Amino acid sequence: MTSALLELHGLTKRFPGVLANDAVTLRVGHKEIHALLGENGAGKSTLVKMIYGIMRPDDGHMRLNGEIYAPHKPAEARAKGIGMVFQQFSLFDGLTVAENIALGISAKMARRGLRERIAAVSTAYGLKLDPDRRVGNLSVGERQRVEIVRCLLQQPKLIIMDEPTSVLTPQEIEALFETLRRLVSEGCSILYISHKLEEIRALCDRATILRGGKVVGDCDPKRQSAHRLAEMMIGTTLVPPQRATFGLGPVRLKVADLTLASEEQFGVDLERVGLEVKGGEIFGIAGIAGNGQAELMEALIGERLANTPGAIEIDGVPVGAQGPLARRALGLTCVPEERTGHGSVPDMTLWENAVLTAKTRMKLATSGFIGMPRAKSFASKVVRDFAVRSRGIEHAVRSLSGGNLQKFVMGREILQAPAVLIAAQPTWGVDAGAAATIHKLLLALAQSGTAILIVSQDLDELFAIASRIAVIAGGRLSAARPLDRLTTEQIGLAMGAHGGWEAPPPQAEPADA
Amino acid sequence: MLRLEPRREPSRPMFYVTPFLAIGLTLVAGIVLFEALDKPPLAAMRLIFIEPLTSLRGVAELLVKGTPLILIAIGLAISFRGGIWNIGAEGQFTIGALAGGAVALAFYPATGWWLLPLMSFAGIAGGAAWAAIPALLRTRCNANEILVSLMLVYVAVLLLGSLVHGALRDPDGLNFPESRLFQTSLPILIEGTRAHVGFLVGLAAVLLSWVLLERHFLGFQIKVLGQAPRAARYGGFSDKGLTWFCFLVSGGCAGLAGLFEAAGPVGQLVPALPSGYGFTAIVVAFLGRLNPIGILLAGLLLALTYIGGETAQIAMSLPSATTAVFQGMFLFFLLAADVLVNYRPRWISKRSPATDPRAHSDAQVGTMRHLPTP
Repeated sequence: MTSALLELHGLTKRFPGVLANDAVTLRVGHKEIHALLGENGAGKSTLVKMIYGIMRPDDGHMRLNGEIYAPHKPAEARAKGIGMVFQQFSLFDGLTVAENIALGISAKMARRGLRERIAAVSTAYGLKLDPDRRVGNLSVGERQRVEIVRCLLQQPKLIIMDEPTSVLTPQEIEALFETLRRLVSEGCSILYISHKLEEIRALCDRATILRGGKVVGDCDPKRQSAHRLAEMMIGTTLVPPQRATFGLGPVRLKVADLTLASEEQFGVDLERVGLEVKGGEIFGIAGIAGNGQAELMEALIGERLANTPGAIEIDGVPVGAQGPLARRALGLTCVPEERTGHGSVPDMTLWENAVLTAKTRMKLATSGFIGMPRAKSFASKVVRDFAVRSRGIEHAVRSLSGGNLQKFVMGREILQAPAVLIAAQPTWGVDAGAAATIHKLLLALAQSGTAILIVSQDLDELFAIASRIAVIAGGRLSAARPLDRLTTEQIGLAMGAHGGWEAPPPQAEPADA
Repeated sequence: MLRLEPRREPSRPMFYVTPFLAIGLTLVAGIVLFEALDKPPLAAMRLIFIEPLTSLRGVAELLVKGTPLILIAIGLAISFRGGIWNIGAEGQFTIGALAGGAVALAFYPATGWWLLPLMSFAGIAGGAAWAAIPALLRTRCNANEILVSLMLVYVAVLLLGSLVHGALRDPDGLNFPESRLFQTSLPILIEGTRAHVGFLVGLAAVLLSWVLLERHFLGFQIKVLGQAPRAARYGGFSDKGLTWFCFLVSGGCAGLAGLFEAAGPVGQLVPALPSGYGFTAIVVAFLGRLNPIGILLAGLLLALTYIGGETAQIAMSLPSATTAVFQGMFLFFLLAADVLVNYRPRWISKRSPATDPRAHSDAQVGTMRHLPTP
């Protein structure tokens, strides 16, 4: 075998109670795009944190170009030519692009001619960027470009990219892949972390598959089917959720002409948002993060009131001027995007968190006094029915892992037998098995007559369960289209098109899927 | 380099053990302190913490000093649980005494069974009204309630001073800045001492607040507001309504405590009436873990430092700051122990990977958790 750029030998990392990486061995060749594939919690992040010098392995060693490589901090990794683009951007909204880049690199590089070098790198790789714009006004795709340019300025030999496409439109993804391919042709290698199989098959030369902290496979992804890769990643055979055919009921959630100015400095104003969801229907809202989803969720939950009562109706009752309690009494339950601190109170117990939203519908209090036995039995039911792995309902929600918290919050809202369920990113952070379970439960809930609204950035998810999809962009919502008259490309274009499809669609009679 | 890492789930038993740990550390530090002052440490500790409990008079005084501390701290605990930092209980205490005292003086020299309830009501209303100022400014203008309520303490104290020099001055009092003696005073609990029924009211407040915080949905809403304001909005709880409730209850409790002080041990309005109970009650609230039962115990303990400190001052000619030093140490050791309950200290070698700002993100989230909650 030819010499590798980076070799990991038996890398092991233990956390209290968890073996995050178990003797991981991996080679990244020169000019190679190497995929690191695995579910949430498979140990991908821990592994790259060790490569980037944020953590140190408990056992094993690394070699870079054949020499022992043991970075103590990210600055050392960068000095050795390893760069990383994080999933969570570390940018300051109030500063310009150039200022943000200057903050993230060594002081020596930040001095003179930085703007010229930013311009040079961004034109050379097709990463359009204006160094003087404020980051707060950039789209998510542009923010990612800032991170990539910052990384490229240090002329890395290996770039680690952590789930770079989760916030991009299909067109932006294609542009990103172009850039990456160009980088590789110039001698750079890329370690590409993802759980999106099609992307990996389109982009990567080799793939290492992690499961439960161990390497379970090493293959050429172009020669494997996506199905086979998924099975290696998950370890069991996946059955996609079956959609039953059933009739739709009357309109249960109606939003008409909802206009709301944002309270935040870099927030998005909602402009004349309108939609109708019938009983039995799953309505999907696609869109890139930060295009008004958070504001729409606030308005639907009732955290912010609409300007007119008729802007939001539940089962024909106008609730635009009423808060969350009144809306819940009418049967609206919801799962906000941020589970910790918004959908739940981290330092309260599981059963107390059940009281947070289920008090009215599940009658968890009588004349103001909390009925603890009822609350506890409801919380236990959520834990049981949704297979929430917890240390018990008397423990703080803080002790749950992200995926289990997600299951708990989803379960709490679903088990209230809602008339309308609104969920943002319903399977964010849960593993594929749990995601399939949640999808199945959502479909069953729809079948029982609930109107379901899903706001998600994950197009695969929307295509799997929604029957109609609309796209939110710049605070405007496009008309909804039934699934069978929709392609990923159309959605991608609409994501950048501010509230409309390229060609006006034939108007939307909800299709019986 | 020592680095603090947030614990995933802070230990619940430790949460209740730390106040006792803080008391123990305070006692040890006290012994060292007295040794440094060349006073016999064990004798001094005995004088402060045990001597007062050996006589009926001492126990009665404990109740007298404990009553305002407990009553105020109960109100503050409710407010602190909701993340409302009312620091101005001393001012609300003063205005409560002033309002209730003014009622007593307005009816002078009448007496009757109705006068005391009326005074109490005026005391509660006065304290609540004073707390309504920061409540209004916070809910309307988003003003910082810590600053506003704290500054209003000085306004209240000066107002009391000017009124007892002026409108409320005893006309037969040889121009001393004092009001007349009230014709009505609180019924005495233990014959021959100053212990009054206010203590029973304090016990009732302990009980009621426990039910509110541990069993009632209103208390639940307050706790959610304090721990996760966004979750409170999601739950549909009115943050403005809860903010008002917290201010009015804590102000009302402090006002009632003020009236009890004026109509109980003091018996009139004097400029020196506000003697720091409103501030000491903050220590009581935290030492008691913002838990009503804990506050009852912590209130009695701090009352003990008042009495014991005075005794020790006289008997061993210790500085008058002794009491304040002990109260300060209680709070200091408690907060220090809390840090260790919430964070795990770890030695990290100098060349540490922790220098990257990204690696700190966990620790930063950790520092946002200001208050442990039972």
